[in-house]
Amino acid sequence: MTSTPLAAPTAPPRSISGKRPLSRAGSILLLFLGGVLTLAPFYFMFIFATHPRQEIFSLPPPTWFGHDLTNNYESLLSRMPFWRNLWNSLYLAVLTTATTLFFCTLGGYAFAMYEFKGKSWLFGLLLATLLIPSTLNIVPFALIMQALGWIDTPRALWIPGMANAFGIFLMRQYIGSAIPRELVEAARIDGATEFTTFRKVIVPLTGPAMATLGLVTFVQSWNGFLGPLIIFRSAETYTAPLALRTLQGIANTDWGALMCGVALTVVPLLILFAFASRRLIDGLTSGALKG
Amino acid sequence: MTAPPAKLTPTPPIPKVGGWDNFQRKYAPYIFISPFFLLFFVFGLFPILFNAYLSVHEWQPGSGLGDMKFVGLRNFTDNLTDPTFWLSLKNTAILAVESGLPQHLIAIPLAFAINMGLKRAQSFITAIYFLPYITSVVAISVIFFTLFSWQYGVLNAALNSLHQIPILGVLFPADKINWLGERAFVQPSIAMVIVWRYVGWNMLLYLSGLQAIPGELYEAAAVDGATRSEQFRFITLPLLRPTIFLAVTLSLIGGFQLFEEPFILTNGGGGVGQAGLTTIMYMFRTYNAYSDAGLAAAMAWLLFIVIGLLTLVNNFAFGRSGTGNNEAAK
Repeated sequence: MTSTPLAAPTAPPRSISGKRPLSRAGSILLLFLGGVLTLAPFYFMFIFATHPRQEIFSLPPPTWFGHDLTNNYESLLSRMPFWRNLWNSLYLAVLTTATTLFFCTLGGYAFAMYEFKGKSWLFGLLLATLLIPSTLNIVPFALIMQALGWIDTPRALWIPGMANAFGIFLMRQYIGSAIPRELVEAARIDGATEFTTFRKVIVPLTGPAMATLGLVTFVQSWNGFLGPLIIFRSAETYTAPLALRTLQGIANTDWGALMCGVALTVVPLLILFAFASRRLIDGLTSGALKG
Repeated sequence: MTAPPAKLTPTPPIPKVGGWDNFQRKYAPYIFISPFFLLFFVFGLFPILFNAYLSVHEWQPGSGLGDMKFVGLRNFTDNLTDPTFWLSLKNTAILAVESGLPQHLIAIPLAFAINMGLKRAQSFITAIYFLPYITSVVAISVIFFTLFSWQYGVLNAALNSLHQIPILGVLFPADKINWLGERAFVQPSIAMVIVWRYVGWNMLLYLSGLQAIPGELYEAAAVDGATRSEQFRFITLPLLRPTIFLAVTLSLIGGFQLFEEPFILTNGGGGVGQAGLTTIMYMFRTYNAYSDAGLAAAMAWLLFIVIGLLTLVNNFAFGRSGTGNNEAAK
């Protein structure tokens, strides 16, 4: 921080968003450099996906697209059932998202719109569960899933998290602030049961919050690693990240094929992010900011 | 909204249509929140209790439940006398600092830069910086694994060409660095990946902290003749302190639970001299490869205690004084 004193008090006070050209240029330069460093690894991911292994590891390293994308792709398919693995990822993420949305909206609705005995205590308990580090859960989680016979099945991953504290909290905040209570009471007077009220009144009005929670849940499930690492044990049930990891482990890794697979798992999220970055960022940081 | 006042009586009359209607109305909220609590008891609370039970038993998951043998605190003492456990804890602490500190030292100026210079392109820029956070750790680690390559890696090539620059070049190493292949560089390499991944996330926390500071405060201070550095010291810093506290707490807790980045970057093995072996990785290995569930459970508790103590220290050092200093800004 430079300590340039401000102009004499007669001048209009300059706000922090000031018009000092030097600090503005400095800001832009800093952000530009940081942006380049942030994007560079993505760039090289796409570049390497089009080069064979011996070109990736040559001097100087390739900085522009090569001609081996199809070779890499075929090599990838010969090494692992890639589309099967990608389908596993998609299946898990969609199922996780759908069930999370249903149960978290339901729970959030109850906490936002009802008065019932023990409510504040139960809500406090719900928030407290957010503070428990997952450290203690890893080994018992594996053992419980073993005991339940859920190893190698996606339900081991989507059932435990489908009604989670973060989602319920997020939905409660939204429902409590965006939906007037009178709507619910009007539905009641019309003779609707509580669940019908939820289905016909609440659900149609929670679109924005559901989009946020849905995106966050989808991305986290799609990118998950430790959970799938514990649960999935065979090449057929692996999710895409897990399958790619095993490819990295073997000697003489075909880095071109691996990069091609990595790019194929990253691209769907990049597309999703291009359309919904604002919502996704808000959702991912809201747990930290509001909590 | 102007509605006829008669219709706005706060509690609707409960229609006397018999038992079911009242019943479902009374119990609906409990039913709606029950999935969370059921799942929490089965997959949240029970595992923790089970972990406590396991930690005082000797048990190999392969053998039946009947084979559990009570061993008292032996699993704890075994861990505490195991040099590899201490090494993993030391690695975790070093990684948490090496990856945690730069995150904030980079994120804060970036947040200032966005807040200062680029109001219009703001959401575009934050989106770019946020990209690494929504990319899977596997993808990131695989990409960096190639960038880190010793003889042919992009990173060394880039450093080498920076070294060729006439005067500034001295700042950059002349020799190629064996990033993941030399003990001294394993931890900085892993830390670099984590910093790259989380800078955008932290920048966003700081940015929303900065934007929550009302602009009138600065204007009032400027009218009173405060210089920019005074404004920074007496307005920005104290009001940003809760955000700093939050962000540091989050990276502290996250840093001590590091698993995915070091696991994948070192191919699951911990790297040269086990320098990349974190405590969670060691716990996973103890359970998965050594099949010693009791020992792993005790390790989880030890790590939990370490995290708890650090959180307390952090609360004590920054939490209270942070709220206290806010008074000064008023």
